[in-house]
Amino acid sequence: MKPLFIKSPSAGFGLLVCVLASLALLACEQFSLLKPFREILATAIYPVQQLVNSPTQAANKFAEVFSSHANLLAVNEELRKEQMLLKAKLLKFAALEHENVRLRGLLDTSFKLGEQVMIAELLAVNVVPYEHIVVVNKGSRFGVYPGQPAMDANGVVGQVLRVTPYSAEVILITDPNHAIPVQVNRNGLRTIAQGTGQIDSLSLPYLSSNADIQVGDLLVTSGMGGVFPQGYPVAKVIAITSQFAKFGAAPVAKLDRNRELLLVWNRPDPIPRVPKPSSCPDNTVHVEK
Amino acid sequence: MSKNEMAFRLAVLASLLVGMVLRIIPLHRELFVYNPDWVLLFLIYWALAIPERVGLGYAWCMGLLVDALTGRTLGQHALAYSVIVFISVKLHSRLRSYPLYQQGILIFMLLLVNQLLVFLTQNGKSAGTIGMVYWLPSLVGALVWPVVFLTLRRVRRCFPIA
Repeated sequence: MKPLFIKSPSAGFGLLVCVLASLALLACEQFSLLKPFREILATAIYPVQQLVNSPTQAANKFAEVFSSHANLLAVNEELRKEQMLLKAKLLKFAALEHENVRLRGLLDTSFKLGEQVMIAELLAVNVVPYEHIVVVNKGSRFGVYPGQPAMDANGVVGQVLRVTPYSAEVILITDPNHAIPVQVNRNGLRTIAQGTGQIDSLSLPYLSSNADIQVGDLLVTSGMGGVFPQGYPVAKVIAITSQFAKFGAAPVAKLDRNRELLLVWNRPDPIPRVPKPSSCPDNTVHVEK
Repeated sequence: MSKNEMAFRLAVLASLLVGMVLRIIPLHRELFVYNPDWVLLFLIYWALAIPERVGLGYAWCMGLLVDALTGRTLGQHALAYSVIVFISVKLHSRLRSYPLYQQGILIFMLLLVNQLLVFLTQNGKSAGTIGMVYWLPSLVGALVWPVVFLTLRRVRRCFPIA
């Protein structure tokens, strides 16, 4: 026989306990005291994420298996051409990089150089609407850390927000809570690009009305703030006819079409300065290791 | 605990797992905006059907899992789910006797309260970009309630114990 009324002198008390416990958790999270606890929870929900991801993964595998020979050959050919082009560009890059280090040595400034990257796959899960957060399949086990920049082949995608042992949440640059320090590649004008909540646009709210900026300008990371390494493309300036903002920007990374991201490690210590020419009497410049 | 009881508990947990899967299902961005809170819908059903078994404990734990699942501050959904399930358990005998559409209206209210609680405990700056559409998942949730109700009732009746 089921009871008609739940005899519950304690139900109200139970609610009180639950509410207080939740509020305590909320308060603790403000000071980020709950990292181990969150890791346990994240490990618990990892199978769910994998479960949701698996049909998409299977479909991709399926498409791979059944793609035609001719198709593969065409793609292969295209990739080979692209690789050759890129290699040709890289030939000059090494020389330019070296020259840059040397020139900066002359100017007495240090220069950060050399980043490591790792490829992480996106999990096909939605987190919440209105926030642009994606989940990738590499976590702290792979050395991923919060605040780590994420790129794709075209430009900056975002930064790592939260890390769990086997996965990480990456906040995209278009999230309304995200802002990224940028500079105009053409003239070095520095500003901040904020997310708008739309996947194809950033806003540039801190530009003065007479700022030297044109439609089509490339915005690159300025390296201010220390999260993003300097010089990666972020967005292209587009005209916006709104009353308040004359300019917006469209991200160059393919934010909603990526299947993989590159997670970047900044080398923490800058390349040591080149000694001044005066200290090199024979007029040759040594790059110290 | 008898074998039936065990199986039944497993069924409840499995349904909640399905709810979690539906919560993060990879819909297109435009459609995902309308995705209702399936976990809470399922929790409400079980709280109405078997309030002596599914109560605050389930609600709080599921809330924590959903917080982790959707990248919220820990405690947001735990708080909201506890309150909603508490109300559902309190009202279970009355709600159960209502026709489905009338239940739907009350479910709509409950889901709205849930969203409001999650919204209030949030500390983001994204509030400015949230329009009326933000509240639509509650409406969608109320619209799918009859389906949830009938499906889970069928599940429940597979087990002789409840």
